Amino acid sequence: MTDYGTRTQRIITHIILLLFLLISVIPFYWMIVMATNTTNDIYHVPPILFIGNQLWANFSKVLQNIDFLRNFGNTLLVSTIITVLVLFFCSLAGFTFAKFEFPGRNILFVILLGTMIIPTASSLVASFVIMADFHWIGTFLPLIVPGMVTAFGIFWIRQYSISAIHSDLIDAGRLDGCGHLRLYWSVALPALRPALGFLGAITFINAWNDFLWPLIVLNDAKTYTLQVALAQLNGVYNTDYSMVMAGTLMATLPLIIIFFFGARQFIANISAGALKF
Amino acid sequence: MGSVSPITLPQSETKTKSHAASGQQKSKFRKYLPLYLSILPYFVIFLVFSLVPIIFSLYLAFQRWDGIGKMTFVGFNNFTYALTDPLFGTAILNTFEVWIMSTVPMLFLALAMAFLLNQRKRSKFLYQVCFFLPNITSIVAVTLIFNSFFGVQYGLFNAVLTALHLPAVQWFSDFWAMKWMLAMVVMWRWIGYNGLVYMAGLQSIPTDFYEAARLDGANTFNIFFRITIPLLRPVILFTVISSTIGGLTLFTEPKILFNGAAGQSIPGGIGSQGLTMSLYQYYESFTTFHFGYGAAVSWVIFFILVIFTLLNWKLVQRGEN
Repeated sequence: MTDYGTRTQRIITHIILLLFLLISVIPFYWMIVMATNTTNDIYHVPPILFIGNQLWANFSKVLQNIDFLRNFGNTLLVSTIITVLVLFFCSLAGFTFAKFEFPGRNILFVILLGTMIIPTASSLVASFVIMADFHWIGTFLPLIVPGMVTAFGIFWIRQYSISAIHSDLIDAGRLDGCGHLRLYWSVALPALRPALGFLGAITFINAWNDFLWPLIVLNDAKTYTLQVALAQLNGVYNTDYSMVMAGTLMATLPLIIIFFFGARQFIANISAGALKF
Repeated sequence: MGSVSPITLPQSETKTKSHAASGQQKSKFRKYLPLYLSILPYFVIFLVFSLVPIIFSLYLAFQRWDGIGKMTFVGFNNFTYALTDPLFGTAILNTFEVWIMSTVPMLFLALAMAFLLNQRKRSKFLYQVCFFLPNITSIVAVTLIFNSFFGVQYGLFNAVLTALHLPAVQWFSDFWAMKWMLAMVVMWRWIGYNGLVYMAGLQSIPTDFYEAARLDGANTFNIFFRITIPLLRPVILFTVISSTIGGLTLFTEPKILFNGAAGQSIPGGIGSQGLTMSLYQYYESFTTFHFGYGAAVSWVIFFILVIFTLLNWKLVQRGEN
């Protein structure tokens, strides 16, 4: 809009936006306050409102309750493997769908889009039984294999490839005797880098934050991912909030750091994704 | 067996023909094979880990099975039981209550947020980053943070209420408080996301429309309802549909907030007032190991989901006229 309203209107707009901003940020601040003070300080009336110096004490209590480092390692491993596989398989398929003609291409792509609307949650029990038949329960395979290539990822890369990869380059590469994989590696991948950045970030975040499916297929505390382990911290009686928040803070921090690094691109892509729909 | 030669002749002919054809096929085969192999993984994964489970799930829904013993065919018994179990009824009702309590305020606030942010002349980036932060945080973490806010004796919310000389809320036992608690957690995590989506929609509306309306003497209120909302309809549809699917499959929030309090055998907190459809399905499938029944419940949930998504779709579309 070109008309930005009167001065008072602008001030009111600003105040409401600041209010939204505070609501978004205060819980994070409070998490840090709780994680860095003792639970007694929190239980104090009126409660302490500033960041303290008890983070390490609280975090060592986390370590007594769950094997945090191991859970962290599990999550990092699983999320990284999923992200690498998704990036490879989705970009290869998306590039192929976008830039090559082959019999059945369009119908296969329509089928792929159709599969996106099928909810996986409606076959949770059956999926679990199949994983049990594969003897995969208690391993990371049920987390990695079904998620290693996604319809959304292929769709995303295909849309991007159409305009980002020049067909001339593909033709030139072919004349030089490049095979399909070679074209993918030397022509497609460099051009797809921005799209891959976003797909990788969103895949990693989703894998890191996943809860329901890991909760079902991981049956040993040694294999728990962070989210499953964190949920265990929340005891029934006498919850030590400072301890829980110290664990939550440590589990959340990596994603927040990743997000800050790529925030500008991330926000632009989230918006573009919704508009494409 | 006397007619050997007449048969051999055409045979050899077809042989050479098919040889030529297969030669051509071979080169075609060689040309297309890498392409098909490139797209194959998704279809294999989909087949094995989505389609097969769905078909198996349909089969399971008609069986009684605890996962170890023998399966018994029970016809529609699982479905009749699901539709007559008062606990599942409670779960359905709770899910819809929480869905309305969270989605309606959430989408309105998100729209207001986007509209106001879009009016800002200077950089919007810092706002966007902060608004989006809750969404990249895991539901488990968000729920744990809010869980501490809701502490009855020492939680932040009740501390504020007490400071204002208002009565403390029994968050974990009051009928509506339990639902507001779930709704608040959902809203906080999703307002910013929906706000950013709306904002992208707003930015795709050409400014000419606004200028023309201003010249015709329209005020901000009129512009918002006569121009912004109608042009934003596809984006609104997207947010309504995703909120419907997300809201009706609510699981993690109630699972953590009402985590089997006091060793009770029924999930969803006191009186199961925090029990949702997905939590009920999880409980029936993986706590009591009624696999057949769990599968049937998931199909009932699936149908409710499809019907409501279509209904919302129609509703948003109809507003067009």
